[in-house]
Amino acid sequence: MSEFEPTIVAFFCNWCTYTAADLAGTSRLSYPHNIRIIRIMCTGMVDPQYIIKAFLEGADGVLVSGCRPGDCHYINGNYKARRRIKLLREILPQFGFDQQRLRLTWIGASDGVHLSEIMRAFTAQIKALGPSQTKLKMVI
Amino acid sequence: MTITAKIDLREQNPLEALQQFFAGILKLEDIAAILVPQRLPTKNTVMPTLVTDASFLGCVDPLAPAFPMNAARIASRLTRKPMGGKAAAVLRPCEIRAFIELVKLKQARREDILLISVDCLGAFQNREYSKFAGQNGTESTLRFYKNVMGGNINEMEGAEFAVACKACEYPVSENADIQIGLYGMKTGESILVKSQTEAGDHILKQLNLPETNEPSARQAAINALISQRTGYRDDMFAKTREASDSLDKMTAYFSNCVNCYNCRVACPVCYCRECVFVTDVFNHDPYQYLQWATRKGIIKMPTDTLFYHITRLAHMSTACVGCGQCSNACPNDIPLAELFRTIAHKTQKIFEYEAGRSLDEKPPLSEFREDEFKEIVGID
Repeated sequence: MSEFEPTIVAFFCNWCTYTAADLAGTSRLSYPHNIRIIRIMCTGMVDPQYIIKAFLEGADGVLVSGCRPGDCHYINGNYKARRRIKLLREILPQFGFDQQRLRLTWIGASDGVHLSEIMRAFTAQIKALGPSQTKLKMVI
Repeated sequence: MTITAKIDLREQNPLEALQQFFAGILKLEDIAAILVPQRLPTKNTVMPTLVTDASFLGCVDPLAPAFPMNAARIASRLTRKPMGGKAAAVLRPCEIRAFIELVKLKQARREDILLISVDCLGAFQNREYSKFAGQNGTESTLRFYKNVMGGNINEMEGAEFAVACKACEYPVSENADIQIGLYGMKTGESILVKSQTEAGDHILKQLNLPETNEPSARQAAINALISQRTGYRDDMFAKTREASDSLDKMTAYFSNCVNCYNCRVACPVCYCRECVFVTDVFNHDPYQYLQWATRKGIIKMPTDTLFYHITRLAHMSTACVGCGQCSNACPNDIPLAELFRTIAHKTQKIFEYEAGRSLDEKPPLSEFREDEFKEIVGID
Protein backbone atom coordinates (compact mmCIF):
# COMPACT_ATOMS: atom_id res chain seq x y z
CA MET A 1 0.00 0.00 0.00
CA SER A 2 1.29 3.44 -0.86
CA GLU A 3 2.28 5.84 1.88
CA PHE A 4 -0.49 7.89 3.47
CA GLU A 5 -0.57 11.38 1.98
CA PRO A 6 -2.45 13.73 4.28
CA THR A 7 -4.63 16.62 3.20
CA ILE A 8 -3.79 19.79 5.07
CA VAL A 9 -5.83 22.96 4.83
CA ALA A 10 -3.86 26.10 5.60
CA PHE A 11 -5.34 29.53 6.26
CA PHE A 12 -2.62 32.09 5.57
CA CYS A 13 -2.98 35.77 6.25
CA ASN A 14 -2.42 38.03 3.28
CA TRP A 15 0.11 40.28 4.92
CA CYS A 16 2.61 37.96 6.55
CA THR A 17 2.40 34.22 6.05
CA TYR A 18 1.02 34.33 2.52
CA THR A 19 3.77 36.77 1.59
CA ALA A 20 6.25 34.39 3.19
CA ALA A 21 4.84 31.61 1.02
CA ASP A 22 5.36 33.84 -2.02
CA LEU A 23 8.90 34.48 -0.91
CA ALA A 24 9.48 30.77 -0.45
CA GLY A 25 8.29 30.29 -4.03
CA THR A 26 10.45 32.99 -5.54
CA SER A 27 13.38 31.70 -3.51
CA ARG A 28 12.78 28.26 -5.06
CA LEU A 29 12.23 26.64 -1.68
CA SER A 30 10.01 23.61 -1.78
CA TYR A 31 7.39 22.42 0.65
CA PRO A 32 5.13 19.36 0.73
CA HIS A 33 2.30 19.33 -1.79
CA ASN A 34 -0.10 18.12 0.90
CA ILE A 35 -0.85 21.67 1.91
CA ARG A 36 -3.77 23.54 0.35
CA ILE A 37 -3.35 27.21 1.02
CA ILE A 38 -6.36 29.46 1.47
CA ARG A 39 -5.47 33.11 1.41
CA ILE A 40 -7.38 35.26 3.88
CA MET A 41 -7.00 38.88 4.86
CA CYS A 42 -6.29 38.20 8.53
CA THR A 43 -6.25 35.19 10.85
CA GLY A 44 -8.68 37.19 12.97
CA MET A 45 -11.35 36.47 10.33
CA VAL A 46 -11.07 32.70 10.53
CA ASP A 47 -14.43 31.79 11.98
CA PRO A 48 -14.34 28.50 13.90
CA GLN A 49 -16.83 27.14 11.39
CA TYR A 50 -14.22 27.20 8.59
CA ILE A 51 -11.97 24.96 10.62
CA ILE A 52 -14.81 22.67 11.69
CA LYS A 53 -15.95 22.38 8.08
CA ALA A 54 -12.43 21.48 6.95
CA PHE A 55 -12.21 18.71 9.53
CA LEU A 56 -15.66 17.34 8.84
CA GLU A 57 -14.93 17.30 5.12
CA GLY A 58 -11.93 15.10 5.71
CA ALA A 59 -8.93 17.39 6.26
CA ASP A 60 -6.24 15.56 8.22
CA GLY A 61 -4.83 18.78 9.59
CA VAL A 62 -5.57 22.47 9.66
CA LEU A 63 -2.91 25.14 9.95
CA VAL A 64 -3.75 28.75 10.69
CA SER A 65 -0.87 31.13 10.24
CA GLY A 66 -0.63 34.89 10.58
CA CYS A 67 1.61 37.76 11.55
CA ARG A 68 3.94 37.77 14.51
CA PRO A 69 2.81 39.62 17.66
CA GLY A 70 2.71 43.33 17.04
CA ASP A 71 2.87 42.93 13.25
CA CYS A 72 -0.83 42.37 12.54
CA HIS A 73 -1.99 44.61 9.71
CA TYR A 74 -5.26 45.01 11.60
CA ILE A 75 -3.52 45.61 14.93
CA ASN A 76 -4.68 42.57 16.90
CA GLY A 77 -6.33 39.98 14.64
CA ASN A 78 -3.66 37.41 15.43
CA TYR A 79 -4.37 37.61 19.16
CA LYS A 80 -8.07 37.10 18.53
CA ALA A 81 -7.25 34.12 16.35
CA ARG A 82 -5.22 32.64 19.17
CA ARG A 83 -8.27 32.67 21.47
CA ARG A 84 -10.40 30.97 18.84
CA ILE A 85 -7.81 28.30 18.21
CA LYS A 86 -7.54 27.76 21.94
CA LEU A 87 -11.32 27.37 22.07
CA LEU A 88 -11.40 24.85 19.22
CA ARG A 89 -8.50 22.89 20.63
CA GLU A 90 -10.69 22.44 23.68
CA ILE A 91 -13.88 21.49 21.80
CA LEU A 92 -12.59 19.23 19.01
CA PRO A 93 -10.76 16.62 21.13
CA GLN A 94 -14.08 15.90 22.85
CA PHE A 95 -15.27 14.49 19.55
CA GLY A 96 -12.20 12.43 18.87
CA PHE A 97 -10.10 14.88 16.85
CA ASP A 98 -6.51 14.98 18.03
CA GLN A 99 -5.55 18.44 19.27
CA GLN A 100 -2.33 18.18 17.26
CA ARG A 101 -4.28 18.31 14.03
CA LEU A 102 -5.10 21.98 14.54
CA ARG A 103 -2.13 24.33 14.77
CA LEU A 104 -1.49 28.04 14.88
CA THR A 105 1.80 29.60 13.85
CA TRP A 106 3.06 33.10 13.37
CA ILE A 107 5.33 33.55 10.38
CA GLY A 108 6.64 36.95 9.25
CA ALA A 109 6.65 38.09 5.61
CA SER A 110 10.41 37.65 5.33
CA ASP A 111 10.44 34.15 6.84
CA GLY A 112 10.19 32.05 3.66
CA VAL A 113 12.71 29.56 5.01
CA HIS A 114 10.90 29.23 8.32
CA LEU A 115 7.64 28.70 6.45
CA SER A 116 8.90 25.80 4.41
CA GLU A 117 10.35 24.22 7.56
CA ILE A 118 7.04 24.58 9.39
CA MET A 119 5.11 23.05 6.51
CA ARG A 120 7.50 20.10 6.36
CA ALA A 121 7.34 19.56 10.12
CA PHE A 122 3.54 19.79 10.26
CA THR A 123 3.10 17.41 7.33
CA ALA A 124 5.42 14.91 8.99
CA GLN A 125 3.47 15.16 12.24
CA ILE A 126 0.14 14.59 10.51
CA LYS A 127 1.59 11.65 8.60
CA ALA A 128 2.61 10.15 11.91
CA LEU A 129 -0.90 10.69 13.31
CA GLY A 130 -2.47 8.86 10.38
CA PRO A 131 -5.66 9.66 8.47
CA SER A 132 -8.46 11.57 10.13
CA GLN A 133 -11.55 9.57 10.99
CA THR A 134 -13.74 11.78 8.81
CA LYS A 135 -11.90 10.85 5.66
CA LEU A 136 -13.83 7.80 4.65
CA LYS A 137 -16.76 7.69 6.97
CA MET A 138 -20.15 9.22 6.50
CA VAL A 139 -20.41 12.38 8.55
CA ILE A 140 -23.90 13.44 9.47
CA MET B 1 -26.84 49.10 52.60
CA THR B 2 -28.73 45.90 52.18
CA ILE B 3 -32.32 45.68 53.21
CA THR B 4 -33.54 42.28 54.29
CA ALA B 5 -37.23 41.87 54.99
CA LYS B 6 -39.67 39.08 55.63
CA ILE B 7 -43.13 38.51 54.23
CA ASP B 8 -45.40 36.23 56.23
CA LEU B 9 -47.63 33.93 54.23
CA ARG B 10 -51.34 33.61 54.63
CA GLU B 11 -52.78 30.12 54.46
CA GLN B 12 -49.31 28.84 53.51
CA ASN B 13 -49.68 30.42 50.10
CA PRO B 14 -46.49 31.97 48.72
CA LEU B 15 -48.16 32.86 45.40
CA GLU B 16 -50.58 35.26 47.04
CA ALA B 17 -47.73 36.92 48.96
CA LEU B 18 -45.71 37.28 45.78
CA GLN B 19 -48.69 38.72 43.96
CA GLN B 20 -49.10 41.39 46.62
CA PHE B 21 -45.40 42.12 46.71
CA PHE B 22 -45.30 42.58 42.93
CA ALA B 23 -48.41 44.73 43.02
CA GLY B 24 -46.68 46.91 45.63
CA ILE B 25 -43.69 47.33 43.33
CA LEU B 26 -45.87 48.10 40.32
CA LYS B 27 -47.66 50.81 42.24
CA LEU B 28 -44.38 52.64 42.90
CA GLU B 29 -43.91 55.71 40.81
CA ASP B 30 -40.62 54.71 39.22
CA ILE B 31 -41.84 51.32 37.95
CA ALA B 32 -43.98 51.48 34.82
CA ALA B 33 -44.49 47.79 34.19
CA ILE B 34 -43.62 44.37 35.51
CA LEU B 35 -42.64 41.32 33.50
CA VAL B 36 -43.81 38.32 35.44
CA PRO B 37 -44.76 34.71 34.70
CA GLN B 38 -48.51 34.23 35.03
CA ARG B 39 -50.89 31.37 34.57
CA LEU B 40 -52.86 32.19 31.45
CA PRO B 41 -56.59 32.07 32.08
CA THR B 42 -57.29 30.55 28.66
CA LYS B 43 -55.11 27.52 29.12
CA ASN B 44 -53.42 25.92 32.06
CA THR B 45 -49.97 27.15 31.20
CA VAL B 46 -47.52 29.69 32.55
CA MET B 47 -46.02 32.38 30.33
CA PRO B 48 -44.26 35.70 30.87
CA THR B 49 -46.67 38.65 30.90
CA LEU B 50 -45.99 42.37 30.84
CA VAL B 51 -48.35 44.05 33.28
CA THR B 52 -48.95 47.75 33.87
CA ASP B 53 -52.14 47.51 35.93
CA ALA B 54 -51.78 45.79 39.30
CA SER B 55 -55.30 44.41 39.12
CA PHE B 56 -54.06 42.04 36.40
CA LEU B 57 -51.61 40.26 38.66
CA GLY B 58 -54.13 37.70 39.89
CA CYS B 59 -52.48 34.68 38.27
CA VAL B 60 -48.82 35.36 39.17
CA ASP B 61 -46.97 32.06 39.35
CA PRO B 62 -43.17 32.21 39.23
CA LEU B 63 -42.89 29.01 41.27
CA ALA B 64 -44.57 26.67 38.82
CA PRO B 65 -42.26 23.99 37.44
CA ALA B 66 -43.03 25.35 33.97
CA PHE B 67 -40.22 26.79 31.90
CA PRO B 68 -41.65 27.28 28.42
CA MET B 69 -38.95 29.72 27.35
CA ASN B 70 -35.94 31.58 28.66
CA ALA B 71 -37.45 35.01 29.36
CA ALA B 72 -34.05 36.70 29.03
CA ARG B 73 -35.01 36.96 25.37
CA ILE B 74 -38.13 38.90 26.33
CA ALA B 75 -36.21 41.11 28.74
CA SER B 76 -33.77 41.84 25.94
CA ARG B 77 -36.60 42.84 23.61
CA LEU B 78 -37.93 45.20 26.25
CA THR B 79 -34.64 46.89 27.01
CA ARG B 80 -32.63 47.06 23.80
CA LYS B 81 -33.85 50.64 23.38
CA PRO B 82 -35.34 52.96 26.01
CA MET B 83 -38.88 51.81 26.77
CA GLY B 84 -40.12 55.09 28.16
CA GLY B 85 -40.12 53.91 31.74
CA LYS B 86 -38.50 51.44 34.05
CA ALA B 87 -39.71 47.85 34.13
CA ALA B 88 -39.30 45.25 36.82
CA ALA B 89 -38.70 41.70 35.62
CA VAL B 90 -39.27 38.56 37.64
CA LEU B 91 -36.83 36.01 36.27
CA ARG B 92 -35.27 32.71 37.17
CA PRO B 93 -31.56 32.82 38.08
CA CYS B 94 -30.59 31.26 34.74
CA GLU B 95 -32.70 33.85 32.94
CA ILE B 96 -30.86 36.61 34.78
CA ARG B 97 -27.53 35.06 33.86
CA ALA B 98 -28.59 34.89 30.22
CA PHE B 99 -29.77 38.48 30.41
CA ILE B 100 -26.37 39.57 31.70
CA GLU B 101 -24.73 37.79 28.78
CA LEU B 102 -27.08 39.61 26.40
CA VAL B 103 -26.22 42.96 27.98
CA LYS B 104 -22.55 42.22 27.40
CA LEU B 105 -23.30 41.23 23.83
CA LYS B 106 -25.06 44.58 23.37
CA GLN B 107 -28.47 42.96 22.91
CA ALA B 108 -30.04 44.43 26.03
CA ARG B 109 -29.55 47.28 28.48
CA ARG B 110 -29.31 46.98 32.21
CA GLU B 111 -30.34 50.60 32.90
CA ASP B 112 -34.12 50.52 32.65
CA ILE B 113 -34.79 47.21 34.31
CA LEU B 114 -35.12 46.10 37.89
CA LEU B 115 -34.20 42.43 38.14
CA ILE B 116 -36.13 40.39 40.68
CA SER B 117 -35.37 36.74 41.13
CA VAL B 118 -37.22 34.15 43.13
CA ASP B 119 -35.16 31.20 44.41
CA CYS B 120 -35.50 28.65 41.67
CA LEU B 121 -37.25 25.43 42.54
CA GLY B 122 -36.45 23.84 39.17
CA ALA B 123 -38.81 22.85 36.39
CA PHE B 124 -40.02 19.96 34.26
CA GLN B 125 -39.72 19.58 30.52
CA ASN B 126 -42.67 21.21 28.74
CA ARG B 127 -44.45 17.95 28.02
CA GLU B 128 -44.05 16.69 31.55
CA TYR B 129 -45.37 19.95 32.92
CA SER B 130 -48.74 19.90 31.22
CA LYS B 131 -49.29 16.36 32.41
CA PHE B 132 -48.26 17.31 35.93
CA ALA B 133 -50.32 20.53 36.20
CA GLY B 134 -53.54 18.84 35.12
CA GLN B 135 -56.64 20.99 35.53
CA ASN B 136 -55.68 22.95 38.60
CA GLY B 137 -52.35 24.62 37.93
CA THR B 138 -52.21 26.88 40.95
CA GLU B 139 -52.87 24.03 43.30
CA SER B 140 -50.18 21.94 41.57
CA THR B 141 -47.66 24.77 42.04
CA LEU B 142 -48.32 24.88 45.77
CA ARG B 143 -47.87 21.10 45.91
CA PHE B 144 -44.63 21.47 43.99
CA TYR B 145 -43.34 24.20 46.30
CA LYS B 146 -43.88 22.06 49.38
CA ASN B 147 -42.35 19.08 47.68
CA VAL B 148 -39.11 20.87 46.74
CA MET B 149 -38.85 22.62 50.07
CA GLY B 150 -39.19 19.18 51.62
CA GLY B 151 -35.96 18.22 49.86
CA ASN B 152 -37.35 16.33 46.89
CA ILE B 153 -35.44 17.87 43.99
CA ASN B 154 -35.36 15.21 41.30
CA GLU B 155 -38.75 13.72 40.76
CA MET B 156 -42.35 14.34 41.75
CA GLU B 157 -45.51 12.36 41.10
CA GLY B 158 -43.82 10.47 38.31
CA ALA B 159 -42.57 13.60 36.55
CA GLU B 160 -38.85 14.06 36.38
CA PHE B 161 -37.14 17.44 36.72
CA ALA B 162 -35.37 18.68 33.61
CA VAL B 163 -31.77 17.49 33.49
CA ALA B 164 -30.57 21.09 33.20
CA CYS B 165 -32.34 21.90 36.49
CA LYS B 166 -31.04 18.82 38.26
CA ALA B 167 -27.50 19.80 37.26
CA CYS B 168 -27.90 23.51 37.99
CA GLU B 169 -25.62 24.94 40.65
CA TYR B 170 -27.20 28.40 40.58
CA PRO B 171 -30.57 28.06 42.34
CA VAL B 172 -30.18 31.55 43.80
CA SER B 173 -29.33 34.67 41.80
CA GLU B 174 -26.47 36.81 43.04
CA ASN B 175 -27.04 39.42 40.36
CA ALA B 176 -30.70 40.29 40.86
CA ASP B 177 -31.51 43.70 42.32
CA ILE B 178 -34.00 42.03 44.61
CA GLN B 179 -33.78 38.43 45.68
CA ILE B 180 -36.81 36.60 46.98
CA GLY B 181 -35.68 33.76 49.19
CA LEU B 182 -37.46 30.47 49.76
CA TYR B 183 -34.65 28.11 50.72
CA GLY B 184 -33.88 28.06 54.42
CA MET B 185 -37.15 29.78 55.28
CA LYS B 186 -39.94 27.96 57.10
CA THR B 187 -42.03 26.33 54.38
CA GLY B 188 -45.49 27.80 54.19
CA GLU B 189 -44.75 30.42 56.83
CA SER B 190 -42.63 33.17 55.35
CA ILE B 191 -40.42 34.24 52.45
CA LEU B 192 -37.40 36.50 52.47
CA VAL B 193 -36.95 39.67 50.46
CA LYS B 194 -33.45 41.03 50.10
CA SER B 195 -31.97 43.89 48.11
CA GLN B 196 -28.59 43.23 46.52
CA THR B 197 -27.95 46.53 44.71
CA GLU B 198 -28.64 50.20 45.20
CA ALA B 199 -31.57 50.04 42.82
CA GLY B 200 -33.01 47.22 44.90
CA ASP B 201 -32.47 49.19 48.11
CA HIS B 202 -34.28 52.13 46.64
CA ILE B 203 -37.34 50.04 45.86
CA LEU B 204 -37.48 48.10 49.10
CA LYS B 205 -37.14 51.30 51.12
CA GLN B 206 -40.36 52.58 49.63
CA LEU B 207 -42.24 49.38 50.39
CA ASN B 208 -41.67 49.59 54.17
CA LEU B 209 -41.59 45.86 54.79
CA PRO B 210 -40.80 44.55 58.28
CA GLU B 211 -37.02 44.16 58.37
CA THR B 212 -35.39 41.01 59.60
CA ASN B 213 -32.07 39.18 59.51
CA GLU B 214 -31.34 36.48 57.01
CA PRO B 215 -31.74 33.21 58.92
CA SER B 216 -28.48 31.31 59.15
CA ALA B 217 -30.25 28.19 57.95
CA ARG B 218 -30.68 29.81 54.55
CA GLN B 219 -27.06 29.76 53.45
CA ALA B 220 -26.68 26.24 54.78
CA ALA B 221 -29.73 25.07 52.83
CA ILE B 222 -28.45 26.71 49.67
CA ASN B 223 -24.99 25.20 50.07
CA ALA B 224 -26.44 21.75 50.61
CA LEU B 225 -28.58 22.10 47.50
CA ILE B 226 -25.66 23.31 45.41
CA SER B 227 -23.42 20.46 46.46
CA GLN B 228 -26.13 17.94 45.68
CA ARG B 229 -26.65 19.49 42.25
CA THR B 230 -22.91 19.72 41.57
CA GLY B 231 -22.62 16.02 42.28
CA TYR B 232 -25.34 15.27 39.75
CA ARG B 233 -23.70 17.66 37.28
CA ASP B 234 -20.28 16.04 37.45
CA ASP B 235 -21.86 12.66 37.00
CA MET B 236 -23.69 13.99 33.95
CA PHE B 237 -20.46 15.43 32.54
CA ALA B 238 -18.73 12.08 32.80
CA LYS B 239 -21.63 10.22 31.18
CA THR B 240 -21.96 12.76 28.36
CA ARG B 241 -18.24 12.73 27.63
CA GLU B 242 -18.33 8.98 27.42
CA ALA B 243 -21.31 9.12 25.06
CA SER B 244 -19.71 11.56 22.62
CA ASP B 245 -15.97 11.02 22.60
CA SER B 246 -15.55 9.87 19.02
CA LEU B 247 -16.92 10.76 15.65
CA ASP B 248 -18.99 7.58 15.59
CA LYS B 249 -20.52 8.31 18.96
CA MET B 250 -21.19 11.92 17.99
CA THR B 251 -22.89 10.73 14.85
CA ALA B 252 -25.07 8.49 16.94
CA TYR B 253 -25.72 11.30 19.41
CA PHE B 254 -27.09 13.58 16.71
CA SER B 255 -28.56 10.99 14.37
CA ASN B 256 -32.11 12.13 15.20
CA CYS B 257 -31.40 15.74 14.25
CA VAL B 258 -33.56 17.08 11.44
CA ASN B 259 -31.99 20.55 11.23
CA CYS B 260 -35.08 22.28 12.53
CA TYR B 261 -32.83 24.71 14.44
CA ASN B 262 -35.33 24.87 17.31
CA CYS B 263 -32.44 24.58 19.76
CA ARG B 264 -30.94 27.73 18.34
CA VAL B 265 -34.24 29.59 18.40
CA ALA B 266 -34.83 28.59 22.01
CA CYS B 267 -31.29 29.45 23.07
CA PRO B 268 -31.28 32.76 24.95
CA VAL B 269 -27.69 33.62 24.04
CA CYS B 270 -27.85 32.69 20.34
CA TYR B 271 -28.66 36.23 19.35
CA CYS B 272 -27.63 36.62 15.67
CA ARG B 273 -30.44 38.09 13.61
CA GLU B 274 -29.52 35.80 10.77
CA CYS B 275 -27.75 32.59 11.62
CA VAL B 276 -25.18 31.57 9.03
CA PHE B 277 -26.89 28.19 8.72
CA VAL B 278 -30.01 29.72 7.20
CA THR B 279 -28.15 31.96 4.77
CA ASP B 280 -27.39 31.23 1.14
CA VAL B 281 -24.07 29.71 2.20
CA PHE B 282 -26.03 26.59 3.08
CA ASN B 283 -28.53 26.81 0.26
CA HIS B 284 -26.56 24.23 -1.69
CA ASP B 285 -27.17 23.52 -5.34
CA PRO B 286 -28.52 20.08 -6.21
CA TYR B 287 -25.31 19.04 -7.99
CA GLN B 288 -23.40 19.73 -4.78
CA TYR B 289 -25.29 16.99 -2.95
CA LEU B 290 -24.59 14.54 -5.75
CA GLN B 291 -20.91 15.42 -5.58
CA TRP B 292 -20.78 14.88 -1.84
CA ALA B 293 -22.64 11.60 -2.10
CA THR B 294 -20.32 10.44 -4.87
CA ARG B 295 -17.22 11.14 -2.83
CA LYS B 296 -18.13 8.82 0.01
CA GLY B 297 -20.80 6.68 -1.61
CA ILE B 298 -23.37 7.86 0.94
CA ILE B 299 -24.34 11.00 2.79
CA LYS B 300 -27.03 11.39 5.38
CA MET B 301 -29.74 13.90 4.56
CA PRO B 302 -30.28 16.59 5.62
CA THR B 303 -26.59 17.41 5.56
CA ASP B 304 -24.54 19.66 7.84
CA THR B 305 -26.10 18.40 11.06
CA LEU B 306 -22.93 17.77 13.01
CA PHE B 307 -21.37 20.82 11.40
CA TYR B 308 -24.21 22.94 12.73
CA HIS B 309 -23.98 21.67 16.29
CA ILE B 310 -20.19 21.86 16.58
CA THR B 311 -20.22 25.35 15.08
CA ARG B 312 -22.88 26.42 17.52
CA LEU B 313 -20.73 25.06 20.34
CA ALA B 314 -17.81 27.13 19.10
CA HIS B 315 -19.95 30.23 18.71
CA MET B 316 -21.92 30.26 21.94
CA SER B 317 -20.56 27.76 24.45
CA THR B 318 -18.62 30.47 26.29
CA ALA B 319 -21.96 32.25 26.87
CA CYS B 320 -24.00 29.12 27.70
CA VAL B 321 -25.85 29.50 30.99
CA GLY B 322 -27.11 25.92 31.00
CA CYS B 323 -30.83 26.76 31.12
CA GLY B 324 -31.70 23.64 29.14
CA GLN B 325 -34.09 25.27 26.71
CA CYS B 326 -32.29 23.57 23.80
CA SER B 327 -33.36 20.18 25.13
CA ASN B 328 -36.82 21.52 25.84
CA ALA B 329 -37.18 22.66 22.24
CA CYS B 330 -35.87 19.54 20.53
CA PRO B 331 -38.68 17.65 18.79
CA ASN B 332 -36.61 14.46 18.71
CA ASP B 333 -35.37 14.36 22.29
CA ILE B 334 -31.66 14.78 21.60
CA PRO B 335 -29.95 15.38 24.95
CA LEU B 336 -28.57 18.76 23.89
CA ALA B 337 -28.40 20.48 27.25
CA GLU B 338 -26.16 17.71 28.58
CA LEU B 339 -23.65 18.08 25.75
CA PHE B 340 -23.71 21.87 25.64
CA ARG B 341 -23.20 22.16 29.38
CA THR B 342 -20.40 19.61 29.31
CA ILE B 343 -18.52 21.49 26.59
CA ALA B 344 -19.41 24.94 27.95
CA HIS B 345 -18.02 23.99 31.33
CA LYS B 346 -14.66 23.27 29.69
CA THR B 347 -14.56 26.26 27.37
CA GLN B 348 -15.56 28.72 30.06
CA LYS B 349 -12.94 27.28 32.36
CA ILE B 350 -10.04 27.82 29.95
CA PHE B 351 -10.87 31.51 29.77
CA GLU B 352 -11.59 31.71 33.52
CA TYR B 353 -15.02 32.88 32.59
CA GLU B 354 -18.45 32.07 33.90
CA ALA B 355 -21.44 33.02 31.78
CA GLY B 356 -23.72 35.43 33.60
CA ARG B 357 -21.45 35.91 36.59
CA SER B 358 -20.60 39.57 36.19
CA LEU B 359 -21.17 42.52 33.91
CA ASP B 360 -17.54 43.51 34.31
CA GLU B 361 -16.06 40.44 32.64
CA LYS B 362 -15.96 40.75 28.87
CA PRO B 363 -17.06 37.78 26.75
CA PRO B 364 -13.89 35.72 26.20
CA LEU B 365 -13.92 35.93 22.43
CA SER B 366 -14.22 39.70 22.39
CA GLU B 367 -10.96 40.35 24.18
CA PHE B 368 -7.43 38.97 24.47
CA ARG B 369 -4.27 39.39 26.46
CA GLU B 370 -0.88 39.72 24.94
CA ASP B 371 0.84 37.08 26.99
CA GLU B 372 -1.60 34.18 27.12
CA PHE B 373 -1.81 30.71 25.59
CA LYS B 374 1.72 30.96 24.26
CA GLU B 375 1.94 27.19 24.33
CA ILE B 376 -0.51 26.76 21.47
CA VAL B 377 1.49 28.84 18.98
CA GLY B 378 4.00 27.05 16.82
CA ILE B 379 4.85 23.51 15.79
CA ASP B 380 6.90 21.59 18.26
